[in-house]
Amino acid sequence: MEPGGFHVDPLRPVERAVVTHGHSDHARPGHAHVLATAGTLAIMRQRLGEGAGAATQALNYGEAIRIGDVTVRLAPAGHVLGSAQVVLEHAGTRVVVSGDYKRRFDRTCAPFEPVPCDVFITEATFGLPVFRHPPDLGEIDKLLHSLSIFPERSHVVGAYALGKCQRVISLLRAAGYDRPIYLHGALEPICTLYEGFGVALGELRPATVAAKEELKGALVLAPPGAVADRWARRLTDPVVAMASGWMRVRQRARQRGVELPLVISDHADWDELTQTLEEVAAPEVWVTHGREEALVHHATRRGIRARALALVGFEEEGA
Amino acid sequence: MRNFSSLIDGLVFMPSRNGKLRLLADFFATAPDPDRGWALAALTETLVFHEAKPAAIRQLVATRTDPELFALSYDYVGDLAETVALIWPERPERANSLPPSLTEVVEALRAAKRGQVMGLVEGWLDTLDSSGRFALLKLITGSLRVGVSARLAKTALAEWGRVDLGDLEECWHGLTPPYAELFGWLEGRSDRPAAGQGAGFRPLMLSHPLEEEDMAALSPADYSAEWKWDGIRVQLAARGGERRIYSRTGDDVSGAFPDIVDHMNFDAVLDGELLVARGEGEIAPFNDLQQRLNRKTVTAAMLKEFPAWVRLYDILFDGEEDLRNLPFTGRRARLERWYDALRPRRMDLSPLVPFDGWGALKALREGSRENSIEGLMLKRRDSAYVAGRPKGPWFKWKRGALTLDTVLMYAQRGHGKRSSYYSDFTFGVWRGEELVPVGKAYFGFTDAELVELDRWVRNRTTRRYGPVREVEPGLVLEVAFDSVHPSNRHKSGLAMRFPRVHRIRWDKPAAEADRLETLQAMVVG
Repeated sequence: MEPGGFHVDPLRPVERAVVTHGHSDHARPGHAHVLATAGTLAIMRQRLGEGAGAATQALNYGEAIRIGDVTVRLAPAGHVLGSAQVVLEHAGTRVVVSGDYKRRFDRTCAPFEPVPCDVFITEATFGLPVFRHPPDLGEIDKLLHSLSIFPERSHVVGAYALGKCQRVISLLRAAGYDRPIYLHGALEPICTLYEGFGVALGELRPATVAAKEELKGALVLAPPGAVADRWARRLTDPVVAMASGWMRVRQRARQRGVELPLVISDHADWDELTQTLEEVAAPEVWVTHGREEALVHHATRRGIRARALALVGFEEEGA
Repeated sequence: MRNFSSLIDGLVFMPSRNGKLRLLADFFATAPDPDRGWALAALTETLVFHEAKPAAIRQLVATRTDPELFALSYDYVGDLAETVALIWPERPERANSLPPSLTEVVEALRAAKRGQVMGLVEGWLDTLDSSGRFALLKLITGSLRVGVSARLAKTALAEWGRVDLGDLEECWHGLTPPYAELFGWLEGRSDRPAAGQGAGFRPLMLSHPLEEEDMAALSPADYSAEWKWDGIRVQLAARGGERRIYSRTGDDVSGAFPDIVDHMNFDAVLDGELLVARGEGEIAPFNDLQQRLNRKTVTAAMLKEFPAWVRLYDILFDGEEDLRNLPFTGRRARLERWYDALRPRRMDLSPLVPFDGWGALKALREGSRENSIEGLMLKRRDSAYVAGRPKGPWFKWKRGALTLDTVLMYAQRGHGKRSSYYSDFTFGVWRGEELVPVGKAYFGFTDAELVELDRWVRNRTTRRYGPVREVEPGLVLEVAFDSVHPSNRHKSGLAMRFPRVHRIRWDKPAAEADRLETLQAMVVG
């Protein structure tokens, strides 16, 4: 991205990278120099080890630095711990790269901050008007209701290791669920990391070593790929739940063998995407990451110059 | 509407029958009257009102959404009711108005004229949440499709209310939505409602499979024998001018068989086998009958090509007279007399098969390779007609299964408890140098064998198509099946009846599995 000589969330190793957040489709290994929030850098170190970057530089939200002719600032994106929008200013023009973001209240990360700008590069993971996430606590109530109807079955919730897992735990705690929550081994390190950043998650126990009897009627969190596969056989007749914005569409949930879909997302839904366009009031919008066509159509009808920016290599992690 | 829509949501995703029963019981226990009664009516498809056509719903949503955004969304979601439920723009000013209860919705729909329906629907869509909108749209288009048959709903009621399902079936037909009397009985507040006077379903008497070791204890003189026909069990109920055909589970299938209903100009309740027959009782293969099943209505062409026939074998009521307490021989005599007097068209009697000792009967059974015969039925001569499956009075004795050595070709993940296992197996036989699929089986093996099969599939996968894995041709499954028929739905041109895994031939090389010609030679009729 000229003229600063750096790239935001580059897919291939580069000299200078600015990384919005720690999900693996954004935070790739092997860059020489990485600029990100302290939270994101900690996540990258944990997940990538040596690959997290030869040199790293932490930047607080709101703090500005100059790289070449460009002033760079990070603003909270509300997606996961440490997630940031990248605010770039050059020759009187301000460009904001949203990265992945959400607008809902989330106790586990700093809330999204709309930054008025000239060009807004927005994600569009849920860029169709059918995606309207219901209130989070209503979804948590569904889970607790199911636990009351099937008290002898363990409930296994598929949740991405970074962000979604901690958010679901935090919502459960907010709803008053104070029993131990069991974790698949892949989820433990990030939970510990969150706790180190001051996010309280209550009592967590490893599911892998727990006695079968102990898991009856218990809540277990596991990566989405594990909930309906061999790993889940250790559980007694589990209710398979999945926490994801995709669960809004029944057929999609059914394809994944989900019995209890929970529409809990770390991305903005359609209403929030369109509301954010109004708030940042950018005359020009680039749409990436998802269903660009509908959001471009919407923005154009609102008199905004909008176009789709196709990026390859991005996956659905963290949806 | 909230309680009803969360029930619908739960049922849509619930794979297991037991889970569905639990969700239904929880609903019946907690939803208020008359909501739960109307929900029961919706589930058992006994609600009557002017249904909305999909085209009217599309027209309605077009007035409230951008057509391009709707098209993109519909394309992504695939189902009209769901797309509309999800995309419907919520009006902030309506956010505080109370959504309608199921009772309000049903009462308004029942009172509405055809032209008023969509106006009502629009108002409700504005106040419901997306689950409520989905449930409403499914309700008004006349089919919920949540994997709950009328029988399952009644089973849930009987289990929850701790009453006998047969007792519930007996009185069901006399009841009307919203079923206040029924819930009163199930909650112990009142007596069982009176049995219906009309053409209600009477629970069927079912049989046990005959095991070889049972035979030593049975005396041939105590039993009558009949052929076991390869059709579907039905009950013909014609009472007080009303005519109904019920499936074995009590589902009303009259609409699919007008060619039988037309000839039910009598007053009786009969038990028999539904078949397709040309001319006067020349029975067609099961495949022909299949064309007539699982349809709500039927075209004139199908009536002509696949005419239905009923082979009668029992009589439960002759007019007002309940014959179920008569012994089998007594009912049989009444059935024969009744049939001789009326001779209804498109029906005949299933003949008794005279036999002299078990040995002779066994020979008859082995010899019965005729298309429409599955084996024999044995009925105790002194037995009353009892609902359910009592052990002893009725036995089914199927002829020996056919078997074939096939090669495992594809495996698919199962559902519910089996969702982590590759448990649905597609198998094929050799045609020249290539394998052609001939069927699919998902039972016949033990849990321990399933673990082995699952491991084998995972280790020998050559390609993956979503939940399906193609495996290398290396495992022989000996498959058992009742019969095989020509079929244009399969590449091999053949379809098996009741295929199941008989034995896993870990020892047998795939090249030695059977060839398509072998299976073709097993086709009868």
